[in-house]
Amino acid sequence: MEILAQAEYSQLAGTIVSGLSLGTIYALLAMGFVIIFKATQVVNFAHGALATVGAFITAGVAVELNFPGRFLDLPPLLGWSISVVTALALSALVGILLERVFLRPMVGEDLFSVAIVTLGMNVILMTIVTDYIGPDPRSMADPWGDAAADLGFVIIAHTEIAQFLVAAALVLLVGVFFRSRTGVAMRATAFDQEAARAQGINVGVIFAIAWAIGAVLATVGGIFGSVYPRRIGVFPDTAFLVFRAFPAIILGGLDSVVGAVVGGLAVGVAEAAAGSYLNHPLFGTGFSGIVPYLVMMIVLFIRPYGIFGTEEVRRV
Amino acid sequence: MRGRPHLYTSYSADQALMPTATKKVALATFLVLAVLAPIASSIPFYPDFLGNNDWMKLLSHVAIFGIGALGINLLTGVAGQVSLGHAFFMGLGAYVGVVFGAPPGDLWGLGLPMWIWLPMAGIIPAAIGLLVGPAAVRVRGLYLAFATLGLVFIGEWAWRNLKFITGGSFAGRRFPEFQLRMWKEEEPLVDFASDGVWLGFEISEEAKVYLLMLGLLVVATVLAKNLQRTRAGRAFQAIRDRDIAAEIMGVNEFKYKLMAFGISSAYAGVAGALFASFVGRQIPETWDLFLSVEFIAIILIGGAGTVSGALMGSAFVILLPRLVQDFTEWLSNVIADGEGLLATVADVVLSVSPDDFGVVNVLPGAGPGLSVFQLNQVLFGLLVILFMIFEPLGLYGIWLRIRNYWKGWPFTY
Repeated sequence: MEILAQAEYSQLAGTIVSGLSLGTIYALLAMGFVIIFKATQVVNFAHGALATVGAFITAGVAVELNFPGRFLDLPPLLGWSISVVTALALSALVGILLERVFLRPMVGEDLFSVAIVTLGMNVILMTIVTDYIGPDPRSMADPWGDAAADLGFVIIAHTEIAQFLVAAALVLLVGVFFRSRTGVAMRATAFDQEAARAQGINVGVIFAIAWAIGAVLATVGGIFGSVYPRRIGVFPDTAFLVFRAFPAIILGGLDSVVGAVVGGLAVGVAEAAAGSYLNHPLFGTGFSGIVPYLVMMIVLFIRPYGIFGTEEVRRV
Repeated sequence: MRGRPHLYTSYSADQALMPTATKKVALATFLVLAVLAPIASSIPFYPDFLGNNDWMKLLSHVAIFGIGALGINLLTGVAGQVSLGHAFFMGLGAYVGVVFGAPPGDLWGLGLPMWIWLPMAGIIPAAIGLLVGPAAVRVRGLYLAFATLGLVFIGEWAWRNLKFITGGSFAGRRFPEFQLRMWKEEEPLVDFASDGVWLGFEISEEAKVYLLMLGLLVVATVLAKNLQRTRAGRAFQAIRDRDIAAEIMGVNEFKYKLMAFGISSAYAGVAGALFASFVGRQIPETWDLFLSVEFIAIILIGGAGTVSGALMGSAFVILLPRLVQDFTEWLSNVIADGEGLLATVADVVLSVSPDDFGVVNVLPGAGPGLSVFQLNQVLFGLLVILFMIFEPLGLYGIWLRIRNYWKGWPFTY
């Protein structure tokens, strides 16, 4: 009976659900990356470190500090949400600080030099956070645990439902933000920093806001990457999630927020599909992990600037 | 042209490898000192510790990474194509080397002598580099960095799964030893893998390997330096400075980018094979993204686009951990046997016992604070950032400033 019941679940639907949930994580990470890139002209190789640090801070606030649980007796979801919001504020601060300390002196340098600075940041942050996490993963203490909803043909974990809702809300928020006054200022800065300054826009503040948004999105991605069904807590290798989100960024184009979302979802589904269908021994172990890169290379070969990216106009 | 070091009357004089007598003397002195390092203890006024087996190993490591750095320098520094794929080509070179060089057994191996496997470790990665090159040439700027980053991850997957070549994730495999034979099973003509007597001196295995690496590094350096003076070298630089302008001037962008890719991959392959054999046993995870980042850091710290920068950078990046380790050991000794200001300061920085707080801990095993290895990682990242912010020309730039200061001394310009 057990086996019969198992067979009723559709493998396709399961693949799509897990692919989309992976894809929303990629989309969140890619979106933060693209916002930072567009607004501040920084290719942030430390985005993975930001996600890991953010998730680690969340674990610290929710478990070690037990905030706000040590003061108030709240229902788990509300209490956890408050911890997460606190952690998000802290990681936004980390993002702002990183930009202010390491990247502000590099304003106006070429993209490559700045990218190398972020590579250095990545090494530093990852080393420190790895040391603090230690060998045991830190639990997120999320209120959902491993509960799942059975829809008859597919099982969706509660975390995945939460993740879809949160991601949709964040995408919507970012969309609304770009229509606000500050958002327009950010778009102006992305277009031309000097002209934006001439219009009275405080470019420094815009940089800080962009990094705060990027860090928050990275943290949310990091949190959902560290809960059931993916992980049991923050590992240092949460950062590799972001390395797999890079293909999503390339797929969508380095400078397109819409592209980041579409690319993220596409790469997530492709990876999940490879995981459940391409299991011939010829593919070896861990093939699904490199599917994003294969997709990226094929896309780069056909459209070297991504699907939604602007083609670079080259002048002498 | 005596006394007029900057007056050139012909193109060949302008392009000379060593334009001034000072340079010739300095280089010759340096080379003699480098060759004499293994017998340091029997030469007066020569720092003894350089002859230790420890330091011989470190210097061999520097030489191997120097060869690899010359390769990435050619591609990224000279031709301006940012590649994070160096680790992939190093791994490829190492595994080509082991397939040709290792004795047949459970894992693939042809057991061919070193004069075959070492060149093959350069030739085959170069060929593969030329194969993936056309795709890479289409992609420019940061997109290329991302594409080559993908190459590293795909490579790691391949190395993990090609167990019959690489030995798999946990075991890894042994790499061929440095022994020069005529053919497969003969007695080695020159054996770098055991202690022996050369020219009346006791030369240890480590010192022999060091001399071999030094020789290979000199060859690689001369080739790299010469390449920069050829038509191809100038074409690389033109592409780096402005690719469209270069094309308008008649530089075939596709051809020269491909060439840069191929040559750089050959350097990477040889360096990878040497490194694998030098360490002895390697697992597939050796060839990861961090290795690529390390090489990018080497040429940036040294000074991108310059041969001497690549060598200075690799010496700096490889020797730094050792210096940091010696320094922390010295500090913990200061704490152990001393009062005084230094001991107090050092005590804050180091934690020497489990209940002692400090930023860095020197205890064996995990404890509070960073381990010395982690401290090195942090310093490495910090140095990369600081060099990018304060001295984009790297060590080479610092050297230029020192040289120019003394050139004009006592005037400031």
